[in-house]
Amino acid sequence: MVTNITNLGRSGLSDWLLQRVSAVILALYTLFMVGYLLLSPGLDYAAWSGLFAHTWMRIFSLLAFISLAAHAWIGLWTVTTDYLKPTGIRIAVQLIIILAIFVFLVWGITVLWGA
Amino acid sequence: MSKLQVSLYRYNPETDSAPYMQEFQVDTQGRDLMVLDVLHLAKEQDNGLAYRRSCREGVCGSDGMNMNGKNGLACITPLSEVVKGNELTLRPLPGLPVIRDLVVDMGLFYKQYERIQPYLQNNEPAPAIERLQSPEERDKLDGLYECILCACCSTACPSFWWNPEKFVGPAGLLQSYRFLADSRDTATRERLAELEDPFSVFRCRGIMNCVAVCPKGLNPTRAIGKIREMLLANAT
Repeated sequence: MVTNITNLGRSGLSDWLLQRVSAVILALYTLFMVGYLLLSPGLDYAAWSGLFAHTWMRIFSLLAFISLAAHAWIGLWTVTTDYLKPTGIRIAVQLIIILAIFVFLVWGITVLWGA
Repeated sequence: MSKLQVSLYRYNPETDSAPYMQEFQVDTQGRDLMVLDVLHLAKEQDNGLAYRRSCREGVCGSDGMNMNGKNGLACITPLSEVVKGNELTLRPLPGLPVIRDLVVDMGLFYKQYERIQPYLQNNEPAPAIERLQSPEERDKLDGLYECILCACCSTACPSFWWNPEKFVGPAGLLQSYRFLADSRDTATRERLAELEDPFSVFRCRGIMNCVAVCPKGLNPTRAIGKIREMLLANAT
């Protein structure tokens, strides 16, 4: 058993499952977005704003944002543990990544509900 | 002219400040020799050359090395399989400390093997006869028990290169599953509890280098997938 405290789920198993579930959610959201943009050629602000006024769209978007945050945390945490060997640099980079993910997530939420 | 151009990794830490490649011309007389035979011929030219070998028939796993960029056993790899453009480059297994020439320190590899407790554990009272298995239960061990611990797979794995102290590696995980899958072993829960962290099993990214190089044709990636399935079944 190897102890870790900076990965998202504290367990490799939960990180592994989260990474797969979040990937599926992000794939569905991406497919939906690409499909929506392709099927609405004359897209204007009113239609775009109207789409995000639906509660289901806000739930879907928030789900995608949280999935992106989890996916990025798990993925980038893995990259730092593979390639950054000095402990000080590794922890610093991990904290910067986690902080950035938090900022982007809150920012995303304010965009979703602020309009 | 049937002289093979052989480039050998040389390093003697007592006399050399850094490793270097030494060139040999080996006369194969046009035969499709095994790489190990070529090493013997090179050693006739320079008897300071160091490498491990024992059974010379792919059973002992001593002569694992990197041949023209791919890990394998020198004794069962014919030149026709690896030589390109009449050139052969031999290096030690990647990722492990070099003791001398083609001899590597297998300490980290064995440490990870030891960690998965590679022996049958059974806390039930011993029966008067052997612990019997059905043919179906025995079938589950095929493709697992044949591993000879040559380290070709683990030293071809980038996840093992970057974290050899934490990631068990394909060889150790294949053996771990060999005991997880054994109907006579009763330590399944304890074994799984040791493996659910982000490194031991889950640092495997499934790139299947291990499968590509295994000289015994085994599939550690499939065994790792089975361990993940057992962990998932146990924890959900």
